[in-house]
Amino acid sequence: MTDEPTARPAHREHDAPAAGTDVRERGADIADRDDRIGGPSAPAGAATATAEAPASVVPGGYRAHEASIDFSSQLGTVATQDEAELLTINMGPHHPATHGVLRLLTTLEGEVVRDVKPIVGYLHTGIEKTCEDKAYWKAIPLVERMDYLAYYFNAMAYCGAVEDLLECEVPKRAQYLRVIHLELNRIMSHLVWLGTTALDIGAMSILWYSFRERETILDLFEYSSGQRMHTRYFQIGGVAEDIPGGWEQSLRRFVREMPKRLDQYSAMLTRNEIFLSRMKHTGVAPAATLQAKGVTGPLLRAAGVPWDLRKAMPYSSYDDFDFQVPVGTEGDNYDRYLVRMAEMRESVRIIEQAIDGLPEGPWITTDRKVALPPRHELATSMEALIHHFKLVTEGMRVPAGEAYHAIEGPRGELGCFVRSDGSSKPARVHMRDSSFINLQALEDMCRGGYIADMIATLACLDPLLGGIDR
Amino acid sequence: MEVIRHGAGSTAPTTNAPADDPFGALTGSDPDAFRVRQQRARDLLRGELEGDDLEAYVRESIVTTTLDKAVKWAQGNSIFPLTFGLACCSIEMISLVGARMDISRFGSEAMRGTPRQADLIILAGRVSMKMAPIVRRVYDQMLEPKYAIAMGACSSSMGVFNNYSVVPADKFMPVDVHVPGCPPRPEAVVYGILKLRRMIQDDPTMAWRDRYRAHGTEEWARSTGEEPDIVALSRELAATTAARNAGDDRDGTGA
Repeated sequence: MTDEPTARPAHREHDAPAAGTDVRERGADIADRDDRIGGPSAPAGAATATAEAPASVVPGGYRAHEASIDFSSQLGTVATQDEAELLTINMGPHHPATHGVLRLLTTLEGEVVRDVKPIVGYLHTGIEKTCEDKAYWKAIPLVERMDYLAYYFNAMAYCGAVEDLLECEVPKRAQYLRVIHLELNRIMSHLVWLGTTALDIGAMSILWYSFRERETILDLFEYSSGQRMHTRYFQIGGVAEDIPGGWEQSLRRFVREMPKRLDQYSAMLTRNEIFLSRMKHTGVAPAATLQAKGVTGPLLRAAGVPWDLRKAMPYSSYDDFDFQVPVGTEGDNYDRYLVRMAEMRESVRIIEQAIDGLPEGPWITTDRKVALPPRHELATSMEALIHHFKLVTEGMRVPAGEAYHAIEGPRGELGCFVRSDGSSKPARVHMRDSSFINLQALEDMCRGGYIADMIATLACLDPLLGGIDR
Repeated sequence: MEVIRHGAGSTAPTTNAPADDPFGALTGSDPDAFRVRQQRARDLLRGELEGDDLEAYVRESIVTTTLDKAVKWAQGNSIFPLTFGLACCSIEMISLVGARMDISRFGSEAMRGTPRQADLIILAGRVSMKMAPIVRRVYDQMLEPKYAIAMGACSSSMGVFNNYSVVPADKFMPVDVHVPGCPPRPEAVVYGILKLRRMIQDDPTMAWRDRYRAHGTEEWARSTGEEPDIVALSRELAATTAARNAGDDRDGTGA
């Protein structure tokens, strides 16, 4: 969003913009600046996630660019009663209930939300651009850090796209190991969602319970890969290592325990009266609207559309497993909660089947142009040494072409587009991040509701700013 | 009838128990000694302790300190962090308050939603060019004394990204403690907070104002009366500390 390689930031100044000012009050001098710099203000009805003019045209650099962003024309389009008094407030980017550095320009009439404009880009990290400067397998740690609660999914989407380009066959054992880790990651992501959502609407104790189970899952990740987060376990062509001894027992213990824990959470929340009054019939959006905006994942399924890429376009042997796709009926926040709770149960079922049917065999492809040879071969085989050297220094060469690999992430369709020019570095890496697309529907969900319901709706939307801004 | 509970950690005796063995009373390791102390405390309250006994009792049970040290002790044990997550590290920061790490053991569990109530800002994640002015503003809104921890590689040194959009925190605000890792384990962050606590309690000049040579930049609420000469005071403090360090007088008596 704010790609501005030429403009030097003036971040040493003290007069940081935004954060808690009434935008309408500042409208006048913002308009003046617009005249001075000649930058056109955003047209009415522009895209919700606001795209901004490049900063390089602004003489004052970053700070002037930041101050020159004008939303007044967009705010004028809010439909309301004639005598109503509108108040535009700014939520974020530092707000405890925005799940990251999301900024919401909210127009209120009393307590009723008339308009919401999400402003993104506060966590823009330039990951996609940086990937273009890395060898294919060294871009995996970077893409993992996009949606930081779904690191296995990011790696899976990227590795899948590169494998499509390479036409590389992934061994069955690696596919099953991937499924196990993906589903563990899905449970972990939903647990963090559950804890923070409950916290946002005032049920504090759930956070401790859900983070207890999250720690158990992170222990499993650490056991198999050595890291708690951003494990870099998935490798192009398979997984980096076989699971260590004893891991299976730990996983089985978790699989035994988890349904009971989910019962505990349900006992605390599902019929809790406060929880019900905050969640039921709030944030409703019809399925047609969601589909028109490209919303996927639990949000769409809660509205009654059984769209799940694990069923629709099975990847990584998902068609081997027996699981169901939970759907809601009304599409309110309560349905979103129920769908995610049911998804965790289904994930446990998938893990159970995968660990029962885990096939023997290699865990990474034997194609020496793609995967590193085993360590012991380096001492005996000259060819292995050459392959090792080529891979470590230059990396693998990928045939020219384009690939888009979509998987079902915890927040919806997570797709990775990779374009190769035949060299050892990707020419373009782009993620279709589900949070970014889903955020477009926030306005439809919140308009006409109370501002307190907006907090619950935003929490149930489960946006991850790392994925949105990248 | 008197009941003495043995082995209970919270068996607090009556106030002003003599401190022959200050930990024995709490752990209940020696019931007899505890009983003796209890008797003497009772005698004191009745006014039956006189002369040398009274002198010894007072000497054992009263701790003298300076107000400054007492305040620092309290500050170090009740650091209120700001609820402020940026990226991946913020999830690990949340798990600090979780059951396993339980940061409330060190008095830092009270996450504040507004910078005006917080003592500590944990920069949990990458700070982008667009976010840096806002982070700086949030930091400026915090009241003195305030501390900052740069959690993770990104906010310390731009980490794996190291590109056009990420700014290390040191470029735009002072940082007291850097916690390395990508993301750091919660244990590492606890260690960072304990480091900060030591910094607050032991030697206030170890903090960033010394490192950045920024004495005199403190902001205080305006009072109606005579305002102290902050610059002179902080210079004096720095000089005192330097003299103390030079003389290797580490027992805390000052110059």
